[in-house]
Amino acid sequence: MSSVLEDGVSAPSAAPRSYLEVRDLQVHFPTDDGLVKSVDGLSFTLEKGQTLGIVGESGSGKSVTAQAVLGLHKGTRAHLGGEIWLDGQELVHAGAEDVRKLRGSKMAMIFQDPLSALHPYFKVGAQIAEGYRQHHPDVSKSEARDRTIEMLRRVGIPNPDKRYSDYGHQFSGGMRQRAMIAMALVNDPSLLIADEPTTALDVTVQAQIIDLMKDLQSEFGSAIIIITHDLGVVAEIADDVLVMYGGRCAEYGTADDVFYRPQHPYAWGLLGSVTRLDRVREERLRPIPGTPPSLISVPSGCAFNPRCTYAPLNGDRCQTERPELVTVVPGHAVACHLSDAQRTDIFRDEIAPTL
Amino acid sequence: MGRFLIRRVTGVAVLLFVISFVTYGLFNLVPSNPATLYCGKNCTPEKIAKIEKKLELDQPFLIQYGRWLYAIPLGRTYPWGQSTEATNSDVVNVCPAPCLGYSFRRETPVTGLITDAFPITFSIAIGAFVLWIVGGVTVGVISALRRGSLLDRVLMFLTLGGYSLPSFFTGATVLLFPIIAWGWYPIPHYVPFSQNPFEWAQNLLPLWIVIAILNAALYTRITRANMLETMNEDYIRTARAKGLSERRVIFKHGLRAALTPIVTIAGLDLGGLLGGAVITEKIFTFRGLGAVTVDAATNYDLPVLMAVTIIAAFFIIVANLIVDILYAAIDPKVRLS
Repeated sequence: MSSVLEDGVSAPSAAPRSYLEVRDLQVHFPTDDGLVKSVDGLSFTLEKGQTLGIVGESGSGKSVTAQAVLGLHKGTRAHLGGEIWLDGQELVHAGAEDVRKLRGSKMAMIFQDPLSALHPYFKVGAQIAEGYRQHHPDVSKSEARDRTIEMLRRVGIPNPDKRYSDYGHQFSGGMRQRAMIAMALVNDPSLLIADEPTTALDVTVQAQIIDLMKDLQSEFGSAIIIITHDLGVVAEIADDVLVMYGGRCAEYGTADDVFYRPQHPYAWGLLGSVTRLDRVREERLRPIPGTPPSLISVPSGCAFNPRCTYAPLNGDRCQTERPELVTVVPGHAVACHLSDAQRTDIFRDEIAPTL
Repeated sequence: MGRFLIRRVTGVAVLLFVISFVTYGLFNLVPSNPATLYCGKNCTPEKIAKIEKKLELDQPFLIQYGRWLYAIPLGRTYPWGQSTEATNSDVVNVCPAPCLGYSFRRETPVTGLITDAFPITFSIAIGAFVLWIVGGVTVGVISALRRGSLLDRVLMFLTLGGYSLPSFFTGATVLLFPIIAWGWYPIPHYVPFSQNPFEWAQNLLPLWIVIAILNAALYTRITRANMLETMNEDYIRTARAKGLSERRVIFKHGLRAALTPIVTIAGLDLGGLLGGAVITEKIFTFRGLGAVTVDAATNYDLPVLMAVTIIAAFFIIVANLIVDILYAAIDPKVRLS
């Protein structure tokens, strides 16, 4: 598995040890209403062949993080801070053109809604071939076409040579997402970011897409970041899990740790709100009370404190002091003021029996 | 596609038929008797009756309309002569097909008036059209890409100004100051394209500019709005994620989608303009369809008005049809049939 950061953040400009290393990433958007701190000090690492799941509610900064890694905020009004190291190259301070050349070749992205992510006026095949030729300028049109058809076949689209000439609206939802995956993988990227790749799909297709991504990962050995609010997807595919809340990391660890030994009250809430059909329906679903915080005025102290049942246990510390990410056991870190003993007791007595 | 065309062309024919019927009916209801216009000073009721008979104004409306319609494919003759005395029944005026009527006023078949005027109007329309599409779209894209900048605000202010100024004002200003008063530019007169393409363009340029200033504003604003909307679409993000250059993202992926709605209004505007740029033609004294229309209207020359109305309607309807066909080529979601 990839190494999880030790206490806090590594010293800046130290040589990266992992394939992808994000250090203290900040993405802030100035707006008329104030500064939106979409991502505010996020760190994680990822090795080739590994999968990191980033989970959290809408507006927790998951997609913004992904787009920052891809350099899609360059040239916008967003303020970026921190460092992103990909294969030994720093991206936050790199030139827009340098990052553009990596985009689509070394790192690629799959988006949430494949219908709106495909251009309505261009053939699906042509859109994929365009990405291939962009990074392989010497390739002829017919070679790009062959490569595209090969990719369409790889992702399981039947009659790929015929479907090449179809438009996005002529594909079914699952086929569209397969085409998006083919588009992302056409240049053999070593980092694949999937932003809610299954959210717009129905459940049977979701499973197929997840299986496809797993197969392709074992074939190409790429690193995958999967962004989702669907814990089932994360359990299925992720090696590591990063739980985001209010633009920061709430909990970070291996999938086993986060699913079986979750430490953060927010992670408890997420796990508790999963629908379980294999249990007796003795009670209603247990949503996390309240709504995600506004990223313009993030609550002081712990961003989760207004929604946290256990905040009062610490007096007013949760309202005044922001918890740092601390390692519980090697490879498992949490940002919470509750003591280890408190968390262990609460999880054992109150949370585990209901999961 | 074949069936679509047959259906649409039939529709066009029916629509033109209805328009011609309504127009003919309307002109028939106008409280002015063309016969009195020909009667001269010493007008007597007998003389009027005689002229009415010659002009077939005594016939029932449907007969008159039927004859008018019949003449379009087959031509007809008009049994009256140059003289308003209209006694010499040997004089026969031939109006060959396609006969759109006979101008009582100018004593000539309407078709000839129109075929003389149309090349002028077409020259004016096509040049202005190219100018305002290219200008409007370019300025719109620049504004969208520099949204909120000083340049954007200046351009939007200027286009709003251009849109607000009526063409009789811009037309008169362009003619009066740079051309007549300051003599920077020769006074335009129509030179046929076949005679000298350069002089053709040179003489038409002031008219093109006047019309383009008025129309470009709308295209600028629509392009700008569409472009801003398109650049926020998910597929633009996809294009960027593929690592395409920003230029390719904007001009291939962005503009392609943003321009689709432009086709609709562009087709209709061009169709409308082919019916005659009345004010501009009048100001620059170009004898296009617009000028012919104005003259006919001030002279109660109903057959000419009638024909011009039908022609204008024809261009708008055909432009509409072409837009529909183009749409199927532009937007893969649209399928004819």
